[in-house]
Amino acid sequence: MLRKLLIGTALATSFAFSAHAADVKEVQMLHWWTSGGEAAALNVLKQDLAKEGYAWKDVPVAGGGGDAAMTALKAMVAAGNYPTASQMLGYTVLDYAAAGVMGDLTETAKKEGWDKSVPAALQKFSVYDGKWVAAPVNVHSVNWLWINKAVMDKIGGTEPKTFDDFIALLDKAKAAGVIPLALGGQNWQEATMFDSVVLSTGGPEFYKKAMNDLDEESLKSDTMKKSFDNLAKLVTYVDPNFSGRDWNLATAMVIKGDALVQVMGDWAKGEFHAAKKEPGTDFLCYRFPGTDGSVIYNSDMFGMFNVPDDRKAAQVALATATLSKSFQSAFNVVKGSVPARTDVPDTDFDACGKKGIADLKKANEGGTLFGSLAQGYGAPPAVANAYKDVISKFVHGQIKTSDEAVTELVKAIDDAK
Amino acid sequence: MSTVAETTAKLTPEHDARPSASVRTRLQDLLPKIVLAPSFAATIVFVYGFILWTIYLSFTNSKTFPSYDITGARAYQRLWRWTFESDPPSSWYTSITNMGIFGFLYILICLALGLFLAILLDQKIRGEGVLRPVYLYPMALSFIVTGVAWKWFLDPGLGLEQTLHQWGWTSFHFDWIKNKDFVIYTVVIAGVWQASGFIMAMFLAGLRGIDGEIMKAAQIDGATTFQLYRRIVIPLLRPVFLSAFIVLAHLAIKSYDLVVALTSGGPGGSAWLPSNFMYEFTFKRNEMAVGSASAVIMLMTLTAIIVPYLYSELREKPR
Repeated sequence: MLRKLLIGTALATSFAFSAHAADVKEVQMLHWWTSGGEAAALNVLKQDLAKEGYAWKDVPVAGGGGDAAMTALKAMVAAGNYPTASQMLGYTVLDYAAAGVMGDLTETAKKEGWDKSVPAALQKFSVYDGKWVAAPVNVHSVNWLWINKAVMDKIGGTEPKTFDDFIALLDKAKAAGVIPLALGGQNWQEATMFDSVVLSTGGPEFYKKAMNDLDEESLKSDTMKKSFDNLAKLVTYVDPNFSGRDWNLATAMVIKGDALVQVMGDWAKGEFHAAKKEPGTDFLCYRFPGTDGSVIYNSDMFGMFNVPDDRKAAQVALATATLSKSFQSAFNVVKGSVPARTDVPDTDFDACGKKGIADLKKANEGGTLFGSLAQGYGAPPAVANAYKDVISKFVHGQIKTSDEAVTELVKAIDDAK
Repeated sequence: MSTVAETTAKLTPEHDARPSASVRTRLQDLLPKIVLAPSFAATIVFVYGFILWTIYLSFTNSKTFPSYDITGARAYQRLWRWTFESDPPSSWYTSITNMGIFGFLYILICLALGLFLAILLDQKIRGEGVLRPVYLYPMALSFIVTGVAWKWFLDPGLGLEQTLHQWGWTSFHFDWIKNKDFVIYTVVIAGVWQASGFIMAMFLAGLRGIDGEIMKAAQIDGATTFQLYRRIVIPLLRPVFLSAFIVLAHLAIKSYDLVVALTSGGPGGSAWLPSNFMYEFTFKRNEMAVGSASAVIMLMTLTAIIVPYLYSELREKPR
């Protein structure tokens, strides 16, 4: 009985395979950009591919979010049923590449000149063992302040240049009866803010050593303790109800003028746009004080799988279209991020986008483009999540002092390595 | 069938009809087995097979993908070490202490409240037909709906506290859902709200099944209402307690979605249950071995509680 059942399953699976193999003019795409602006931005790509005669097929994901998509991807790959490409983040690409299931786009990359146009820091995640395995779609950066301009004018604030300026500004807001800092008390948001705090407190060199190289001396240094002290200072400016809040609700507090500022990645800009707010007149985007000139990034990638040869043409078309200048510009204008290649004209972007593009270029040239540890671009997921645990426990009081936090951080990262 | 009949089978003509009859009876004998076989096979593979597979994985160094080289019990060593890291609490320590608090209170309050409501409803009151479903319907909701509804209700900025402030009671303060030390109790509240009506229905069915003669006899003997329930009704409800306990225990162990929907893990991960820990480590942190080990420990804990209880309850039953 059992054997028959297994044979039946095997047959059914092989049918599924042959059905897939027939669709050579089709791009099968696993992604979770299903809502509003992101879906609209992706439509540009669909149309580009349609022009070349390739049909777009979404791989359905139950549950919607990135976690569900990654679980679905794991199951598909384990079954040997690869999609043409999948939206992927950071170390996931490398994990799959190490498992030997990713394709090879090196030829296309050479032809299109990706080696030169894509920032070197990004290539760490899109190139594995000398082979291009993924096409970066965008570059987000997390060291931004998002400020409500009306509130800023009311309290007479100016752009904070140093961390102390920032504290002074927050004090002003507090005195004026506004919630100074909009924060969502979820571990990734707290850790994302802490990324910026570390860069601001210790500078680029220190950030790289501690958060990318995970150097133990740096992790337990006094500078790191100072960073935790600074984080503790910032947390005193949040409203008592912050714990567990979603990031977009925190952004909404700034949009509505209930709060002065949010420290968040540039995806927050999408919320401002959706609320019909304009940069410069309604809201301001500054780099986190003390981090100007450096960019802490994360990036969405389309990981390209090792599909059968007859499906490779569709894959190459997808990769080429993804990194084409027109799509990079059109997509990132909507998404709030900046193009993943540094030679895309910034004409269509708003003021914040233009600054983002210029900053990325400068950081790329100056070697100050760093992966965000909170967003999983500084270290593998096990380490990144251990880091988020420690930050969150510090913010919510399970870890009481900076000394203790530093000890715990070293221990947690060591444990997760 | 006697051996005599079989030895004479070839010779006597009436035995020509026998093979077809025996095929039919044999088929009749087989039918239940055939019908049950697919689900039996599925259970063997998808429940017990995967239990064994999980146990196997917990002894490997599986990260993102399963790896099949046995590398020892490092995952268990790490869990064992985390079990005693209480200050600052490790995620595993938080998970298992929360499981203790949540499991104990959830089962206890659901049983107590369910029994209490059932006894009240059993007083031959008017409108029982309306009241019963009112209590029962929360069970029809998924944990996600319950979690989101209670998340809004308990949020100090949106729900109960805000409303009472608007009504003028400004000193009212209820922020358990934002408090790392109390957030697990909000999970208990939401869980109890959802399940106690169902437990009530179970007890109600049990109460209706009690022979009225026994009650009358006790009343004639001069038992007070309290004594009646304490000495006669509740002991008679023992089988219902067993069923209710089993239902509640497995609901408690698997209430992953309630924690996620209600608290998204709580401040600093303070609302985690072992199921959250398992999912987080297996799928988000790519530490499949640790996730598997925690799943095995959950299974062993559950077995350690349920099996002796089942054994003692089922053994004492009159044959």
